[in-house]
Amino acid sequence: MKTTNRAVRTPGGLSVRLDVRALTVVLLLLVAALTASVVLIGTGDFPIPAADVLRTLFGEGNAGQEFIVNELRLPRVLVGLLVGASLGLGGALFQSISRNPLGSPDVLGLGQGATAGALTVIVLFSGSANQVAAGALVGGLVTGLAIYVLAWKRGVHGYRLVLVGIGVSAIVTAVNGYLLTKSDIVDAARAVVWMTGSLDGRDWAQVWPLLGLCAVLVPLVLCNARGLRMMEMGDDVSYALGVRVERVRLLLMVAAVLLTASATAAAGPVSFVALTAPQLARRLTRAPGPNLLASLCMGAALLVVADWLSQRAFGAEQLPVGVVTGVLGGVYLLWLLVTERKAGRI
Amino acid sequence: MSKNRRSTVNRLSAENVTLAYDQRVIAEQLSVEIPDNSFTVIVGPNACGKSTLLRALSRMLKPSTGRVLLDGQVIQSMPAKKVARTLGLLPQSSIAPDGITVGDLVGRGRYPHQGILRQWSTEDERVVQESMRQTGVAELADRYVDELSGGQRQRVWIAMALAQQTPLLLLDEPTTFLDIQHQIDVLDLCAELHEEQGRTLVAVLHDLNHAARYATHLIALRQGRVVAEGAPKDIVTAGLVEEVFGLRCQVIDDPETGTPLVVPAARKARVGAGAGAEKTVATEAS
Repeated sequence: MKTTNRAVRTPGGLSVRLDVRALTVVLLLLVAALTASVVLIGTGDFPIPAADVLRTLFGEGNAGQEFIVNELRLPRVLVGLLVGASLGLGGALFQSISRNPLGSPDVLGLGQGATAGALTVIVLFSGSANQVAAGALVGGLVTGLAIYVLAWKRGVHGYRLVLVGIGVSAIVTAVNGYLLTKSDIVDAARAVVWMTGSLDGRDWAQVWPLLGLCAVLVPLVLCNARGLRMMEMGDDVSYALGVRVERVRLLLMVAAVLLTASATAAAGPVSFVALTAPQLARRLTRAPGPNLLASLCMGAALLVVADWLSQRAFGAEQLPVGVVTGVLGGVYLLWLLVTERKAGRI
Repeated sequence: MSKNRRSTVNRLSAENVTLAYDQRVIAEQLSVEIPDNSFTVIVGPNACGKSTLLRALSRMLKPSTGRVLLDGQVIQSMPAKKVARTLGLLPQSSIAPDGITVGDLVGRGRYPHQGILRQWSTEDERVVQESMRQTGVAELADRYVDELSGGQRQRVWIAMALAQQTPLLLLDEPTTFLDIQHQIDVLDLCAELHEEQGRTLVAVLHDLNHAARYATHLIALRQGRVVAEGAPKDIVTAGLVEEVFGLRCQVIDDPETGTPLVVPAARKARVGAGAGAEKTVATEAS
């Protein structure tokens, strides 16, 4: 594949550069995510045909369908879409900042950090679902901050970030293990379900905060995407090109931590989406650069498809979505490690 | 030693800068002027602070005291993109993103001229084409950068710096890791950019003979101090080389260009110091 960039120019001297292939990929992924969402909404103890789902979504269904679709299943699917999108975007940001496909939140320990926050609330305070979510958010943010501070030495460098992240991840995992041993059996069961990552019982109360956060962060991130693209060529080159490297990096890392932590707070640590979505997106667009939009759409599509698989693929037995992403993502991580090793990058 | 001969103020200069990484001081009270329209080359032994000086001149390293001036303004106080439209830098460490084409990479040099609503103008297109033509990589435009040889890759990075369209261009050891043919190739290209386009070039070079041949203005550093500066033929002497590099040598005329050519003394002559040894040098040279 060669460059597929096209420039669109207005007479006023404004111009926008579009990568046709990347744009096509984004559109196709968006269609895939939405199609999977409709199918997922139709799936369950009361199956609803896709046409009826669509009719209901546009406000023309009957009362029974309306309740099932709008109150029960739509919020769950929306949480899935938003969590997937946040994880995909957060993962793409981290991988681009660390210039390393392994520099994703899963490996850096942000998921474990959020888990530690949630476990603290569950085990020590037996808190409500909202308090658990808040605990996860705080845990993720604190871990993100710790990684940033520990990895900071005249600016954060990729390899350092990954290594520090792995170290932090190990420490936090130990803390999580300790918290679990301290808990009684009821709290432990609740904690383990939370730790797997699940979309069960998610309602509109989870949708709005996620949607609000994405509405602020996604445009902010996209506005800084050009600077991030320059930073892939190294700090020196991007300084020379006039990118305020430290500022852009700090801003984008904070955004990435917020996206990942809030997604984890809403659905638990759904593993490996942040690792795989940007890599898969990149293989589809075949474009260098952070591929932010494509990763976002890929994350959303992946999570919804994984959720559908977790409900349908194993017969009557429903699995938490985190199990499916964990199995698929784990296989992918192995493959990635092998190919990176062959390429001599690790 | 030689003072700056211009009466006008030069665009880029460092005034009494102290350069340090953490507590490690590389240079103190260092003042350097880059003469406008010169091809200035900074030479000196390893760890003399030449790359550090270049980093300070390109605002990558903030001096702990003193200041670097660009067009009369303190460089740190200027907007980043404005600096990037005036002063380009080819750093030693640059990473070509996986799967990027030559044309794409060169195009990224246009960043300081672009904005979120001015992402790719016809002017950008034209400058990128021209930069690739000047550096001889136009035919490679659709090739992936990872597939290129070291010499070609260096040309591509130079093309990117050219696309930035800066009147001043700083190059940090642009010939390192290249074989002799590509070293000369890159230096010829620099000379061309300097002579034909009137750009001011500042390069850090390891090879003293290359420096003497190509530079119009030479700055010799030792332990963070300027030992000599001026036109190579005025300042490059056996005494200077001994003072700066601690190497005994003789300086003869380059048979090709007439510029100074440094010929290190034979090993025996350098090991056995004294008048006898010097005689040996003279005999061997004749």
